[in-house]
Formats: sequence, structure tokens, C-alpha cells
Amino acid sequence: MGGVEGFMYPNEIELHWSVLIVLYPFITGLVAGAFILASLERVFRVDAVKPTYRLALLTALSFLLVAPLPLQLHLGHPERSPEMYFTPHSTSAMAMFGYVYLWYLMAVLVFEIWLDYRRDIVLLAERSKGIVRIVYRAMTLGSTNISPRALHIDERVGWIVTLIGIPSAFMLHGYVGFIFGSIKANPWWSSPLMPVVFIFSAMVSGIACVMVLYMATAKLRGRNIDMRCVDTIAMYLFYTFIIDFSLEMLDLIHRVYEADESFRSLNFMVHTKLYFSHIVVQILCGTLVPLVLLAITQVVKLGEVVRKRIYAVAGLLTLMGIFAMRWNVVIGGQLFSKSYLGYTTYKVGLVSREGMLVALALSLLPLLILWVLIKLLPPWPAENVPAEAGD
Amino acid sequence: MNLSRRQILVLLPAAAVAWKAVLAGTPEEAPNYSMSDHWWGMLIDVPKCIGCGNCVRACQAENDVPDGFFRTWVERYHVTDTNMTNPEVISPDGGKEGFPTAAEDAGKYFFVPKLCNHCADSPCTQVCPVGATFVSPDGVVLVDPKYCLGCAYCVQACPYGCRYIHPEKKVADKCTLCYHRITKGLTTACAENCPTGARQLVDLKNPHDPIHAFLKTHSVQVLKPQMATGAKVYYNELDGSVR
Repeated sequence: MGGVEGFMYPNEIELHWSVLIVLYPFITGLVAGAFILASLERVFRVDAVKPTYRLALLTALSFLLVAPLPLQLHLGHPERSPEMYFTPHSTSAMAMFGYVYLWYLMAVLVFEIWLDYRRDIVLLAERSKGIVRIVYRAMTLGSTNISPRALHIDERVGWIVTLIGIPSAFMLHGYVGFIFGSIKANPWWSSPLMPVVFIFSAMVSGIACVMVLYMATAKLRGRNIDMRCVDTIAMYLFYTFIIDFSLEMLDLIHRVYEADESFRSLNFMVHTKLYFSHIVVQILCGTLVPLVLLAITQVVKLGEVVRKRIYAVAGLLTLMGIFAMRWNVVIGGQLFSKSYLGYTTYKVGLVSREGMLVALALSLLPLLILWVLIKLLPPWPAENVPAEAGD
Repeated sequence: MNLSRRQILVLLPAAAVAWKAVLAGTPEEAPNYSMSDHWWGMLIDVPKCIGCGNCVRACQAENDVPDGFFRTWVERYHVTDTNMTNPEVISPDGGKEGFPTAAEDAGKYFFVPKLCNHCADSPCTQVCPVGATFVSPDGVVLVDPKYCLGCAYCVQACPYGCRYIHPEKKVADKCTLCYHRITKGLTTACAENCPTGARQLVDLKNPHDPIHAFLKTHSVQVLKPQMATGAKVYYNELDGSVR
């Protein structure tokens, strides 16, 4: 049998969860992380990161809108997915996906963005013409009162929504971790640490993503990067990354030291089939290198240009590392036999429904949505929509 | 009837749930068969299995199992005296066409037929997001192919590798313990075609079933007992090296 070493149970030879299921936790992680970064400004009053507040929210929304697509494409019967809403199975970790997703999308993200932008939307509706005007008018949802009192209420409610949003973001991604961590049949997944690792890796990837996007958009618009802002984000990235890496190492050390019945098999896999994606891409290039780079910026006084370059490289490497982590969890968990006696190979197609091209398109789609959202709702604080009309 | 907008908003979800219940329909009736009178399982007498592959062929013919996937299969173990924890196992094409001649004499060889363990606390049933997989009142783990989403979460959750996604139907598929046969008083296709009687359908609720005497007098084990799945496929004289 091609690609099989040792013995696999005959039904295990083909992988059932593909690169699309790798994308799903990666994307929801970016959502949760971006939202947590936004909440830093809103709830914890970290003023330095204010320039990224709206960009972080729009980034979270763009990725959240795409999050269910890989799942839908992966299902054997996508037309039946509404059954998860109508007849959720109470003992299934996966059954709550629809509810958690809708809650997070509608009650947290869309609501918070709408509250934050309501004033701008009303002003834009007044100033624009034609179809754009109709779009903005629809987005006001008929709420056009932008008196100081109304805006104050928006502010208070928005604060509460963010407050609710933080545990919701934790739930969204911790829950994804639980889907894997609660499978006792799979020793590579089964771990109570899995949800916690997923939450922290989500924060790491989301923070890195917004940092890179902020720097890239500033560059594209020909504006100066607010160094106080990116320095602060990089600091948060560094400390969150340390927690994330410590948790992952704790999991690893625990496995190595305990060396239970699955250890020999998993250890062999990490040193062979998973060596490149796990050791080289995830741990070396995607974790240790960015951690060292970020650590240097924390202890050595560097010039602005050098810092910018370091942040960009560290941010991109971090994103690659977290993607590799999702890959190693999802794909790695299916490469070894539950008999612990053999290994299979993941063969990813190029143009199939769950192939690389679809995965690539799904990775780029959030950026396209973000571009539309930025055009519709400019997140840049300085050159915001006309101030005089409303104030 | 005058309904306010608020009342309609309350009634709509209730109506949707009721409509889903109507759509779900009632199960097909099987005259003369009472589910509550049975609790099915299977006995595998390991020393009796000769690895002929009859059971695998019978299962594929009876249940139209697609090529490359297996509702049941047979493994051959080769355990040497010095390496008990690392047996050499093969199952070419699920053992459908039998096995090649053993290469060396050292150690012991034996065959282990595998199938769904119809666990009483089955992890696959636990994780199904819509309840398309369920344990029937007579103890058989079944999949409703008209309801399954094909998400494959159950495939991941089964510790024994008994499930797969059907390549054409795109739903989870597995051994049904020939439910269409046993509810008519027949035995399973694999048990019927086993030339040595290594497989026997057992009804644990039937006081006259020979399984009760067998369990009292033999050393019987289930696969991966540490998984605590309540497996109901009982193996007589199962070697400790079997995974």
C-alpha cells in the first residue's frame, strides 16, 4: 500500500480531515486573537494600540466570515449542516459550533463594530450618493441619532459588549481546542491542555496578524507607522508567545517524561513524517526565531527601521509557525495508527474540493473581505470621516 | 387569530422544531421483533480463526462495502518471544483473500478478526454533532445515512478504526451487525460464513444464549479495555499483544 509504513488499521490509511480542517482552527485563532488585541484598547485602556483598534475588529470579522467555509467544503453533505442548529446532539463537542459561531459573529463582533462605527455610518450616509448612500442607510438600521447622549450610550454598550466578547473569544477558540483535546482515542490530541494551548496560540497569531496588517496597510497608504503602537503590540506578542511556548513545551515534556504506551509511536512520527513541519517549521522557524527576534527588541535599543524589519519578519514567521502548529495537530493526529504500529502519508490534491488551491483561495478570501470592509468602513483614526458634521 | 410580532417570534422556533420532528418520521416497523428483548454482541474465538477471509468477503457481498474500506477485517499477528510489545501485524486487503505463507518459524502466529465493537458507551455516538449515530435499544451502534453530515468526527473518535466515510454516499459507514438480518432471526453474514465457528452472534439478554456459559468458563477479553467504551465484542484467549 502506497505511503504506509508498518501496520495501519485498513480504514485508517486515508486521512479524513484534510488541509481545510487545518485552516479552520487557524482562521478562528486569528479571529479570537485579533479581538483580544482590540479589547486591550477598549477594556484595558492600553491607549498605545488605539491605531489598530478598528483594524483589529474588521480583521476579526473578515476572518470570522470565512471560518465556516472550510468546514462546509469538507462536509460530505454540506446541505445538512443546518441540522446542527435544529437537532444538536447534546453530548457532542462539535454540536455547539453553530451556536458559538453565531453568538460570536452577531452578538459580539458585528454588534461591537456597528456600535463603534454608528456615528461614522450616519455621517457617511448623509454625505454619499446613489447606491453607496443606500448601503450606508441600510447599515444605520434606522438608528440615526448621533447626539452626544446617544454616542455616550453607544460607548457604554460597546464597552460591555467587549467585556462579554473577551470570554466569548476565549470560548470560541478554547472550544475548537476541546474538539481535538476531548478525543480519548487519539493520544496526539487527547490532552486537557489542548484548549489552553489553542487559546494562547490564537492570541499569538491574531496579534501577529494585526501587527503585520497594520504595518502593511500603513506602507501601502504611504503613512508613517506609529512606532509606539507597534512597539506595544510587539511587547504583547512577545509575552503571549512566551506563555504559549511554555504551555506547548510543558505538554511535550510531560509526554516525553511520562512515555505512555503511545510515546514510541508518536516519538517516531515526530522524528520522521512530522520532522519538517513540527521541528523545523513550527518550533525552530515559527517559534524560536521570532521569540529571539522579539526578545532582542525588548532588551536592545534599536533604530526604528531595524525594529520595523524585525517586527515584520517576526510577525510573518509567527503566523507561519502557528499555521504549522495547526497542521501538525490536525494532520499529525491522523498520520499514525491507533494500533501504534504504523504510519500513513497525507496526499493533498491540487485542484480537488479539499485541495491546495481551494485552501489557498480560502486563505486569501478574508484579505479580500477586509479590503472591502476597509473601503466601506475606514478604520484609520486620523483621516476619519468628516468630524465637523456630527460634533 | 391575532398574533403579535413578539408571539410570532416565540412560535416560529417552536414550529420549526415540531416540523423537524414530523420530518424525522417514525422508525420502520419489524413485526415479531422487540428491541427491548435483546442486547447484541459478538464472540470471537481467536484460536478458531484460520484467516481464510470468508467473513470479510461475506460482509462485503452482504452489505455492498466499497473496495478499500472494511466493516470487518482480519489481522495476522506475529509475536516473537523477545519482542512482545512490538508485534508484526499484517492485513493485506483486510485479509479478504487470505494471507501469505508465514516467512519464519520464530514466535507465534495467530489471526484476529475485527469489527465494530458496538460499544455501550461508544465514543463515536458521543461526538456525532447531530445524533445521526446512535446506540439502538438492542445495543447496536447504527448510522442514519439520511441524517449524517459526513463530518468524520466519529471516524476520529473510534479507538478501533472501525469507521470510514463511504466514498459514494459521503456519510459515515460501519458494521451494523447485519441489523437487517438479526432483526429477522438470522445471524450476521460473517458469522454465517465462518467455517470454524470463530465468530458467533450473541444476545446477552437471552438467558438461553450459550454465551453465558462460555463467559463463565473461558478467559475472555475486549479490545483496548482501558478506553472504557463498554465494547461488546468478546475475544476468547486474546493475546496481550493485540491492539
